[in-house]
Amino acid sequence: MALTNEYIQEQLAAKFGEQVYAFSTANGMLSFESAKDLNLKVMQFLYDEPSLGFTFLTDLCAVNYPDNVGGELVVVYHLHNLRENVRIRYSIATSISAPDVFTASKLFEAANWMERETYDFFGVNFVGHPNLKRILNVDEMDYFPLRKEFPLEDQTRIDKDDEMFGRG
Amino acid sequence: MEANHNITLPEGSIEKQTTTLNFGPTHPATHGVFQNIMEVDGERVVSTEQTVGYIHRAFEKLAERRPLYQITPITDRLNYCSSPINNMGWHITCERFLQIETPKRVDYLRIIIMELARISDHLICNSIVGVDTGAYTGFLYVMQYRELIYEIYEEVCGSRLTTNIGRIGGFERNFTNTAFTKLEKFLHEYPKVLKEFESLFTRNRIFMERTQGTGGISAERAMNYGFTGPNLRAAGVDYDVRVANPYSSYQDIDFTVPVGSTGDNYDRFLVRNAEMWQSLSIIQQAYNKVQSFKGTDAEIFHAEVPEYYLPKKEDVYTKMEALIWHFKIIMGEIDLPKGQIYSPVEGGNGELGFYLISDGGRTPFRLHFRRPCFIYYQAYPELIKGGMLSDAVVTMSSLNLIAGELDA
Repeated sequence: MALTNEYIQEQLAAKFGEQVYAFSTANGMLSFESAKDLNLKVMQFLYDEPSLGFTFLTDLCAVNYPDNVGGELVVVYHLHNLRENVRIRYSIATSISAPDVFTASKLFEAANWMERETYDFFGVNFVGHPNLKRILNVDEMDYFPLRKEFPLEDQTRIDKDDEMFGRG
Repeated sequence: MEANHNITLPEGSIEKQTTTLNFGPTHPATHGVFQNIMEVDGERVVSTEQTVGYIHRAFEKLAERRPLYQITPITDRLNYCSSPINNMGWHITCERFLQIETPKRVDYLRIIIMELARISDHLICNSIVGVDTGAYTGFLYVMQYRELIYEIYEEVCGSRLTTNIGRIGGFERNFTNTAFTKLEKFLHEYPKVLKEFESLFTRNRIFMERTQGTGGISAERAMNYGFTGPNLRAAGVDYDVRVANPYSSYQDIDFTVPVGSTGDNYDRFLVRNAEMWQSLSIIQQAYNKVQSFKGTDAEIFHAEVPEYYLPKKEDVYTKMEALIWHFKIIMGEIDLPKGQIYSPVEGGNGELGFYLISDGGRTPFRLHFRRPCFIYYQAYPELIKGGMLSDAVVTMSSLNLIAGELDA
């Protein structure tokens, strides 16, 4: 039996009811959301349930939506059922003032560094992570550079000494 | 080996039974900027702590300020042993997101370039494994065929290493006859070279002793660690993005996915070699298909997408429409549709994914690269634990770690 998006959605709705929501299938991939404290339960269910079998974590990253008050940081998981070749996207939102999210590194070894990277760039605090420290940036850094509050330099700014930058 | 080596004790303590060894970041045998602080008990590795990020260049942040076409040169610098695959992967992501259909001829030309890139990627990796086991000859011998591949890139796009090859919708120009002549030369001469390369290594007793049973991983652990590409296939899982989620008309091509069983260094070597043979056959099939286009069909090298594909320069000077598009594209004034997409391609060392989120602006709201070697390098301490230090070197090169991709 081929694993369809509708079946996955039914299974999730049967197990979690209203707690899993915002289903959509844009560009062919089923995506959905839940409250952040459910993330491990949802992924464990997707992992353990034999008819679902999402045992491969393809990708884990975060997105910063500064206008989404109370859910400024969104952690996105891309899961893959290699046997049926079905991918899904699961996301949880957390506030930027208390960005605590349970770690998936007990379920997927692959999540270890991806969560460190997410912490490094967005400051998501993965609760229970074995070694949550910066990975690509220097340890002394005291901010989270991929947050939208740090815009890239405006290419048209004129207050700099252009001679120093070869633009004079 | 004893479980307790008192490895947390400071260096110089009498009770400490292990030695701390700093391997990298600029050690010649790491083939890239990787640091490993190892605890070794004699010649055996007890544990290692990895440090990465030495060449982090904030690509994901940069991409948030660039229109789509300016992101292509960023992708060059991920896995720079097979830049064209990254470029094509990015174009394919954009095309999927913008729902652009590419002509079949473009797809086949892309396949040719991507498979050439895969060959050059695997070639480097496998010959470096040879170097690290003490056989320099193979590396020097195959290098002239990587050179030939780079000459083909040069004919197509003008550059060799960081290629910036292709555009959204196709290629910047049609392939020249010289490019096809060089491709034919490659297809004619490379099989003999690859055969000889294989006979130098595959049944070489010294090479087998060095690589068999070292750096092995089971299929379950490999999947849990997020392995993809040749490293996962060497562990016995036949997952290949070209088959699972075909892109660029790979479904029209006949090829097999080689798999190993033990996931050790030897299997990784064999899988990469077998993939090079498959790539050769794929290139031949795609080239035959390209040649079957006649007349005006043989002139097609891009899709008609004026919003994203730069018009011809002579049109810019003479036609109003072309001039407008030229400026809109160059100034990055095209608004993207809203939405998000995850689009993977089979890169040289695994599943290279692009996760693009657009809020309707002119640049991506967020772009995340799924870099395969960043994910599987986590398994390195487990792969080398309890093995010899010299095998750790071979394991590192046979994983095909590319610092540019790892650090993004």
